[in-house]
Formats: sequence, structure tokens, C-alpha cells
Amino acid sequence: MVIAKTVDGEIGIMPQHAPVLGVLVEGGVLRVKREGEQELVAAVHGGFISVADDEVSVLAEVAELGSEVDVAAARDALDRAQASIEADQEDADAAVEAKRARARLRAAGEEV
Amino acid sequence: MGAQLRLLRRRINSVKSTAKITRAQELIASSRIVRAQQRMQAALPYEREITRAVTGVVSNAASVDHPLTVAKENPAKAGVLIVTSDSGFCGGFNANVLREAEALRGLLESRGLDVVPFVTGRKGVTWHTFRNREMGGNWVGFSRKPAYADAKEIANTLIDSFKDDNGIDEIHIVSTEFVSMLTQNVVVKRVLPLEVEETEASESTGIPPYFEFEPTAGDVLETLLPRYVESRIFTALLQSAASEEAARRRAMKSATDNANELMRVLTQQMNQARQAEITQEISEIVGGANALADAAAGKE
Repeated sequence: MVIAKTVDGEIGIMPQHAPVLGVLVEGGVLRVKREGEQELVAAVHGGFISVADDEVSVLAEVAELGSEVDVAAARDALDRAQASIEADQEDADAAVEAKRARARLRAAGEEV
Repeated sequence: MGAQLRLLRRRINSVKSTAKITRAQELIASSRIVRAQQRMQAALPYEREITRAVTGVVSNAASVDHPLTVAKENPAKAGVLIVTSDSGFCGGFNANVLREAEALRGLLESRGLDVVPFVTGRKGVTWHTFRNREMGGNWVGFSRKPAYADAKEIANTLIDSFKDDNGIDEIHIVSTEFVSMLTQNVVVKRVLPLEVEETEASESTGIPPYFEFEPTAGDVLETLLPRYVESRIFTALLQSAASEEAARRRAMKSATDNANELMRVLTQQMNQARQAEITQEISEIVGGANALADAAAGKE
């Protein structure tokens, strides 16, 4: 089963799902539950999920597997982004940065 | 040593060093083609999927009106993205692209459109500035190794201009398609208004799947189309990068071959000149000796 977060909310896709084309949110976490194997977790920033012919494809602008996330760097980025949000509430770039950093940390299995 | 002999020897040396340089360039280009091809391959799945998604949306939601899909009634301006290389030494690569771009310009102008060139690659930019052609945008410095961010920047400029009422109404790309190591073709493609292009038959059943959209078809299209244009441009840049190296390899190979041939001819000439010099010296010595012998015989 594939669980992704679209702009409408979370969507879970089981085998034989009807064709869907969804827009993914910035800073979402994608989970792929596999039988007999470890769950695959990735931080996905923007892009699409498309389901067709019993095949799920995720077209992300930026994606990172949970196991490949540099936790220290992500935390660092989160701290920096939060600092600039505190300094300037309107800072949209920093808000996106913070979202991305959070997604990366969550994908890596860290508490945020 | 005779003057002619010295001259030939000097020329041979200079040709030899040129051949060394072109040979090195040829080898560098060969190794770069492989890497450029790998980058091209790596981008393929994304392009295929995004094309499939766009096809899905457009064929499912024909009623969706999006500024990027609808052809304007009275197009006035056409944007042409011309993909050239940053560096030379690649034979007719840039000349071919620019020639095709000129042909397209003629075609568009005959339809009554103003053509706005958008140029990537230093060679194309120089070509346009030299002729005082105004450009809608130009980008240099990444022709050998384009990054997705480069494609994104170009796509943003083009899409902004496309959405602008006084901007361009059509977007075409003139670039070089990499078919194989030996074949690269200049291709002209229209990107917008949308002309969905199937890279391969994606549906095994022949019927496109009926999609559900999250949240709506219009919203999906809104975010999907810019990505599609980016992907198209990125592919064009990657193909062009691979083609550039292939063209360079070919140009450098023929340069090396020519240098070697020249060296062979020059060496022959040099040997002839040396032989002629030796023959002359011998005949001079013999002539001198004979004259002395004759003089001695006359005294007696």
C-alpha cells in the first residue's frame, strides 16, 4: 500500500486502485508498505502521484529516502528556518524550508 | 641544412602538436558522451511519466480550459528556444541548429508572427548579438552539463511570457536530438499550446485510463503543465549536450585524421628535399674533383 499526502489530504492506495492523479503537498512523507519487507519511507516535496494500470508513479520535484536523510543537516536546516520565521513572520521561503526539513526528519523516523 | 628542409621540418612539428591536441579533445569528448547519455537515460522515466500524466489529464478532461492549453485566436508573437553549445570545436553542430532556427523564423513570419528568440549556449547568443537580433532571454554556461534548475529557469521565463497578454503566444524548441553516436538530428518541436507527444505507446490496452483527480482536473493541470514544459526543455538540453559531445568527437576525429594525412605528405616532401640536397652536394663534390683532376692533367 502506498500512502501519500496530496493537497486534499492523505491518500492510501491499495492494489487495484482506480486511476488517480493527485497533486502532492510541499514537505510530505510518502510511505510504501510492502509485504514481507521493511516499509519504504521518503520525504517528497511537491510533484504528483499518478496511479494507472495498477502502477503507482510518484513524480516529485525533490525526493529523499528516509534512510538517506542526513538527520543533523535536516535539524540544522529546521532550526535556521524557524529562526528566520521568528524574525520575519511573512518569510514564505523559510516556511517552505521548515516544512521540507520537518518532512525529511519525519521520513528519517525522528520526532519533530 | 637547406631553407626548404628547415621549413618543412617546422611545419611537421606544428601539425604534430595540433594532432596531439585534437586527439586529446576527441578522447575527452568520447568519454563525455557516455556520461551525457547516462544523464539522458536517467531523465527518461520522469519524462515518460509526466507525458503520460499530461495525456491522461488532457484526454480525460477535454473541458478543462487552461491558458496553457488553449491556442490564442490571433497569435502575434512566437517564442523560439534555440539550444546551442557554449564552446566550439564541434563542427557544424551550432550552424545546423541556427540554420533550422532561421528556417522556422521564416515559416513563422510568413504566418504573420513576430519571432522572439530565446537562446541558450554561448555560440547562439554570440550569433544573435553579432546580428543585433533582440533576444527574449539568453542563458549560458551549462550546455555541457545542464541541471534541472537551468531548465526550470528557462521554462519559467517562457511560461511567464506566454501568460502575459503582450507576450509570446507560441513556444517552439529548436534543438539537436541524440539518436546515436553517429546520428544527431536537428528537430523543431512545438511545446505550447500543448501538443502532447507520445514518446512510446504507453497504454497496453490502447484505452487511456479514466483518471480521478485530487483535488480537481484544473488544479492538477495548473501544477502539471509547467512541470511538463520544464521536463520537455530539460530533455532538449540533455539531448543537445550529448549531441554536442558527439559532434565534437566527430569533428576532432576528422581533424586528427587530416593532421595525420598532412604529416605523411609533409614527411614525404621533406625526404625528397633532403635527398635532392644530398644529390646536389655529391654532384658538386664530383664536379669539383673532376675540375681539379682536369686542371692537374693540363699542367703535366
